[in-house]
Amino acid sequence: MTTATDTTATGHADHHHGPEKGLMRWIKTTNHKDIGTLYLWFAFTMVLIGGAMAMVIRMELFQPGLQLVDPHFFNQMTTMHGLIMVFGAIMPAFVGLGNWLIPMMVGAPDMALPRMNNWSFWILPFAGGILLSTFFMEGGAPAFGWTFYAPLSTTFAPDSTDFFIFAVHLLGFSSIMGAINIIATVLNMRAPEMKLMDMPLFVWTWLITSFLLIGAMPVLAGAVTMMLTDRNFGTAFFDATGGGDPVMFQHIFWFFGHPEVYIMILPAFGVVSHIIPTFARKPLFGYSSMVYATASIAFLSYIVWAHHMFLTGMPVAGELYFMYATMMIAVPTGVKVFNWIATMWKGSMTFETPMLWAISFVFLFTIGGFSGLMLGIAPADIQYHDTYFVVAHFHYVLVTGALWSIIAATFYWLPKWTGKMYNEGLAKVHFWWAVISVNVLFFPQHFLGLAGMPRRIPDYALQFADFNMISSIGGFAFGASFILFTYIIIDAIRNGEPATKRPWEGAKGLEWTLDPKAEYHSFNKPPSRKLIEQESQNS
Amino acid sequence: MKRLTTLLSTLVGLMSTNVFAEYGLNMTEGVTSISRDIYDLHMLIFWICVAIAVLVFGAMFYSVFAHRKSKGAVAAQFHESTKAELLWTVIPIIILVLMAIPASRVLIDLEDTSKADMTIKITGHQWKWQYDYPTEGISFISNLAQSSKDSVNDDSNKPENYLLEVDKHLVLPVDTSIRFLITSNDVIHNWWVPDFGVKQDANPGFINDAWAQIDEIGTYRGQCAELCGKDHGFMPIVVDVVSKADYAKWVTNQQAIAKAAADSANKTWSKSELMAQGESVYNTNCASCHKKDGSGMPPIFPAMKASPVANGAPADHIGLVLHGKGGMPTFKMLGDADLAAVITYERNAFGNTGSVVQPSDVKSAR
Repeated sequence: MTTATDTTATGHADHHHGPEKGLMRWIKTTNHKDIGTLYLWFAFTMVLIGGAMAMVIRMELFQPGLQLVDPHFFNQMTTMHGLIMVFGAIMPAFVGLGNWLIPMMVGAPDMALPRMNNWSFWILPFAGGILLSTFFMEGGAPAFGWTFYAPLSTTFAPDSTDFFIFAVHLLGFSSIMGAINIIATVLNMRAPEMKLMDMPLFVWTWLITSFLLIGAMPVLAGAVTMMLTDRNFGTAFFDATGGGDPVMFQHIFWFFGHPEVYIMILPAFGVVSHIIPTFARKPLFGYSSMVYATASIAFLSYIVWAHHMFLTGMPVAGELYFMYATMMIAVPTGVKVFNWIATMWKGSMTFETPMLWAISFVFLFTIGGFSGLMLGIAPADIQYHDTYFVVAHFHYVLVTGALWSIIAATFYWLPKWTGKMYNEGLAKVHFWWAVISVNVLFFPQHFLGLAGMPRRIPDYALQFADFNMISSIGGFAFGASFILFTYIIIDAIRNGEPATKRPWEGAKGLEWTLDPKAEYHSFNKPPSRKLIEQESQNS
Repeated sequence: MKRLTTLLSTLVGLMSTNVFAEYGLNMTEGVTSISRDIYDLHMLIFWICVAIAVLVFGAMFYSVFAHRKSKGAVAAQFHESTKAELLWTVIPIIILVLMAIPASRVLIDLEDTSKADMTIKITGHQWKWQYDYPTEGISFISNLAQSSKDSVNDDSNKPENYLLEVDKHLVLPVDTSIRFLITSNDVIHNWWVPDFGVKQDANPGFINDAWAQIDEIGTYRGQCAELCGKDHGFMPIVVDVVSKADYAKWVTNQQAIAKAAADSANKTWSKSELMAQGESVYNTNCASCHKKDGSGMPPIFPAMKASPVANGAPADHIGLVLHGKGGMPTFKMLGDADLAAVITYERNAFGNTGSVVQPSDVKSAR
């Protein structure tokens, strides 16, 4: 008994002295800040790997004809690029941000379930490793697109598909555990004096996203399990010759897939709702309508899935319903955009790097929103479906939407994470480089799609040559911008000027009341009502 | 420096070779009532989006310009207005309803295939299209043209309509309401001709329909629009729309060809006849996976050279080609003579020493 008490006491003491030394710190850690860092570096590595695949794609599409890769390998590239970016980069990056920020924002000492937090991160490198290892297997990696439609992904797929299925299961476990942890943290670990409507928008959007994850990921697990049994155990869920239906696969996939889209954008809305008020030096406009709009978008995301399937032979009544429901999403999304602009209106704005990324997010994400609205119009979708117009659309919302907000968040909260400032001049060069090149990369793809270029093809007819070359040049430039980004971040960590507690003049939020580099254990005592009110976005 | 100049001049050279290619910026208006309706709808929504964009981005950039600290702007502290929130909820709803009305009308019209004068059945295969005229008794396969295949790896010499040309065009009469029944034999494909406003998934085991009434004589091109495996980018669609009189002539002609093919399937072929015919069938249907020289792309696409099937019992070989296996699709849509020829070719080319297969063997194995 005495010994037990002793161990606890020593353990306890260690705990307060900060992190363990060496590699074991990262393997054994249950600290939300450490795990957030792990998530962010993992996501960053995956962005580089997925980006390298995008470079192969753009190199092959630089001019007509096949120069670099064969069509089978090209299909592996597009498939793995999509999977890595969605499951390996964007989602883990947001979980990383959530881990770092949510406990600090709600005045909690850590996540509610720290051991599970460690596990949900450490599953990821294995899942990613299994997924990437398929490149070295007989028959190559999955080559059926990130949407893996049956029967191309069942009867006609390489053997490595079973590894892909296992990797998706692991990624699903990780996401669900992450989501449960965030819900438990927000609902149970929130400072006692903090009401729900005091919570910062980033916390709200992540709370709602967690419910989307819990609803959607099991459906994905169901889809891949049915694939697994179709492939190996003689079932025929998706095989018409056995009484199944390949279109059912698409229903199940998109019932997961559409909420997934919002899983990747709602936390982005949260990030931007922090940055714009800070640099406009003005409270967020319409705090409660922002919360309600987020919740409505989340609800609508569950009832619009078949707008990805207008050409599968749906009855007309179904098409009409899914068209109307899809158009409705424009309303709450519009509310958000209008509120951000109303926040800027009559503010006193400065344009530090995070603000530049946030404003360009509003501009470019809205362009992606417009093309999304166009795609939602079922008859017009006949001509847009599966063309580069769709590719342009989802890259505007995912790259200049989700990824933009992640980069914005990195610059905005980097001082709090590291206690150091980044190099503002270089960061601005990086911003303009990225924002110009990304538009050279993706804007011409609208024209390609409208002119009739299908997506997922390794080679194309001659009338598509010019815009593809422009798009590729933009792609190489955008890819190269990540070299500068890496340099800026590492330079800030190593040589950055020391940051102050609140490096941004107009910033609000409990995280800015902590040390310049947030303490390893923050908010061991919950913040007072007065402090919470002072730092609330809902003032 | 010299290397840089070479690189630059190569780049300029590449650009100039592409100058001749006309490039489109916008959706085609097309040649059917549906495609025009879709185009009008597309333009309507596009301009509405542009108008909204001008207002919203106008307000944002005005604010970015005018309300900046460096100009001495002092931040106002307002952060709520129920009136404004209501306004920018209700106005978008009204705009959306106005968009939904014409969209619903077009949608209901294009899904109504009840008024067709004739029917074409379209079957997707990895990686070619099969066209059946059920009433006329015509059926053929349409493959990517050899000229495109030959120049995939040859950048100096791309033919006109590179990747948009096929060996056999689909022929349709002008001013006739045509119903397309679309299905697939293996994975999901999608039959898309932008000028017709027709794009419909081809699902294995199910039949989808679409319709078009084409107003103008001409040649129209499209592509498969659903990822269907390795050669998804290499299964274009070419449609010749001809006058009704020319169409009738074409049908008679095709029926005569079909009869001759049926007759030839009943005779016994010599080995050299089979080998000659077989080589061309092989290059069209088999070479994209098993390669022209029979080396294949192991392990996914096995080699023909020294293959146990090609050198084994003819019945197994015929069965495999007829019914497919795993990633290998069925080829039962080819005629008996073509199948006998290609199987004989596979059994005797590439140094193989299999037996000769006659059309009658294929017929009895079906």
